[in-house]
Amino acid sequence: MDDIAPEYDAIVLGTGLTECILSGVLSVKGQKVLHIDKNDHYGGEAASVNIEALFKKYGNYTKGEEPWKKYGRVNDWNIDLVPKLLMSSGELTNILVSTDVTRYLEFRQVAGSYVQQGSGPKATVAKVPSDAGEALRSSLMGIFEKRRMKSFIEWVGTFNVDDSTSHKGLNINTTTMKDVYDKFGLEIGTRDFIGHAMALYTTDSYITEQGKAPETIERIKLYGNSVARYGKSPYIYPLYGLGELPQGFARLSAIYGGTYMLNTSIDEVQYDGAKAVGISATMHDRGGDSEPMKFTTKAKKILGDPSYFPGKVQVVGHVLKAICILNHPLAGTDNSDSAQLIIPQSQVGRKNDIYIAVVSSAHNVCPKGYYIAIVSTISETSANHHLELAPGFERLGRIEEKFMGPPIPLYEPLESGANDNIFISKSYDATSHFETTTDDVKEIYHRAEGHELVVEGLREGTNLVGGE
Amino acid sequence: MATKGPVGARGPAGSSRGGNSRFAQFKLVLLGESAVGKSSLVLRFVKDQFDDYRESTIGAAFLTQTISLDDQTTVKFEIWDTAGQERYKSLAPMYYRNANCAVVVYDITQASSLDKAKQWIKELQRQANENIIIALAGNKLDLVTDQPDKRAITTADAEAYARESGLLFFETSAKTSENVRELFTAIAKKLPLDQAGPRNPRSGGRGGVELRPENTSTQGAGNTCAC
Repeated sequence: MDDIAPEYDAIVLGTGLTECILSGVLSVKGQKVLHIDKNDHYGGEAASVNIEALFKKYGNYTKGEEPWKKYGRVNDWNIDLVPKLLMSSGELTNILVSTDVTRYLEFRQVAGSYVQQGSGPKATVAKVPSDAGEALRSSLMGIFEKRRMKSFIEWVGTFNVDDSTSHKGLNINTTTMKDVYDKFGLEIGTRDFIGHAMALYTTDSYITEQGKAPETIERIKLYGNSVARYGKSPYIYPLYGLGELPQGFARLSAIYGGTYMLNTSIDEVQYDGAKAVGISATMHDRGGDSEPMKFTTKAKKILGDPSYFPGKVQVVGHVLKAICILNHPLAGTDNSDSAQLIIPQSQVGRKNDIYIAVVSSAHNVCPKGYYIAIVSTISETSANHHLELAPGFERLGRIEEKFMGPPIPLYEPLESGANDNIFISKSYDATSHFETTTDDVKEIYHRAEGHELVVEGLREGTNLVGGE
Repeated sequence: MATKGPVGARGPAGSSRGGNSRFAQFKLVLLGESAVGKSSLVLRFVKDQFDDYRESTIGAAFLTQTISLDDQTTVKFEIWDTAGQERYKSLAPMYYRNANCAVVVYDITQASSLDKAKQWIKELQRQANENIIIALAGNKLDLVTDQPDKRAITTADAEAYARESGLLFFETSAKTSENVRELFTAIAKKLPLDQAGPRNPRSGGRGGVELRPENTSTQGAGNTCAC
């Protein structure tokens, strides 16, 4: 077995998407990276697993039985543990393109983006309009409201934060979104789907916050541009599941010299004073036919996900999530092979939205005839979590299997890493896309490297030994 | 940069027929112990080059090469090298996924490298496509031409193992190029050209998208992949 180098520029712990993007970027920039995972698979919390692994993870079956056997070939299933979709004009797409990781992956559109109005038996599901034309055809609004929505969307398209003539006389830096909505005379229901299904806020706090209007408008623009890019919905999704994303960036890192070790536990982080300077670790053999390999190595910095640093993170919230296997598409979505459905909080008397993400055999994540729907929200109570997700379950109809564990804690690092040289990522949050993940990537990069990560042209000027 | 397509393009992956000609694209993966010459074999095949002091693979991890089987038939290999990820058994499942064919390489002067090759073949048979075509390549044939005593694995032994396991078998030299082209041609001939689907048969068609920089994408909708 090859020797492990005595020192690395960076040791990265965990192979979630955040860590793999950072590992890839650092390797492309010429740093010597050692990338370790304690698990025997890539992806950490953001992995995709087969159906046998899912049953075993949640333990919801009688020992001795093998309920996964009735679902066809186990390896035809790639079930995401974190429900997210890519915005087609979002930053993750930009990073995928600028790093050429697109070579290893294939994407498909998510067929539709939907929003619920009302609740209980009176609930209706409708497509989220993305441009002025769709607004006029939408069943979400009455005839006069459609006109107001059309003029709002047209205004968003012309809005430029630096050009006060495009601000409709509003002082954009101090105004609230409520002022903006009032200006256009938009009804409460319309505000609801604009804020939650287009700007993708999970709560209503953006409405009254001063100076929040430019950000909200940018988010609506991102939504509109993302829809315009491929047509049907603002979202795209990688074939074989989200677990392919970290693998793609891990491959990028390896191509630029990154060393990968899975199934490797960290025995100790070594410090010099307050600063982390290295690790000692043990690589376990998967087959168990050779001895574990212990090693020690130094690093100029250590990056990692919260699970490697339990003493250096805090819990900032809890996500509720249920993974459901269906054998039919979602009602009200035109039999779409995939969809996102948002249930805005106010429609069902909550503070946080409920999200449903659906993918299917069209994305090579399950055998033909099946659909995987993940219902999620931010926890608001300390018990009865099943009830919190109930409005989501109502949308699903008949459910073949339901996998639901305890609330999932969301972690954030306590410190920036300036003192201890350890740069910790955040947990994958409850948002439906990866924009906050890429924000975290950029923030960690900035903390660790002291300058901004420039995504454009990342691989330009890098020399590869064999060329590509 | 050799043979670089549009970003993220899968091209007309699979077979297409224009008149009487056939064009088919396949994913080929390389496996084997470190330093048996996986990348050297590819470099010889793709660029007809050899480098005596080649370092462990950095970079050349995604190459393509076409072979014309006859006037009408062209096979394009999309070749994935391990990028060194085999070293600590850390290959990603993405690597095998949808591979149509694999070249498992050992070094004929290192007995242990054939054992390792056998392990990879087992793993491929377990993890990869059911119909994957596997070729076993005993590399570094040049080393035993002048010094036959350097040989650690006899041709007969390896050949017998390959026959039992249903593998193609060649002894090769990336250095002298002996049998390199023959190896890839034999794989091309064995591939099911008629059913050559895209790397994943269910993709393509409706809803597939090709990611490219935003400023080069066409305005508005309809930028769907042609595959």
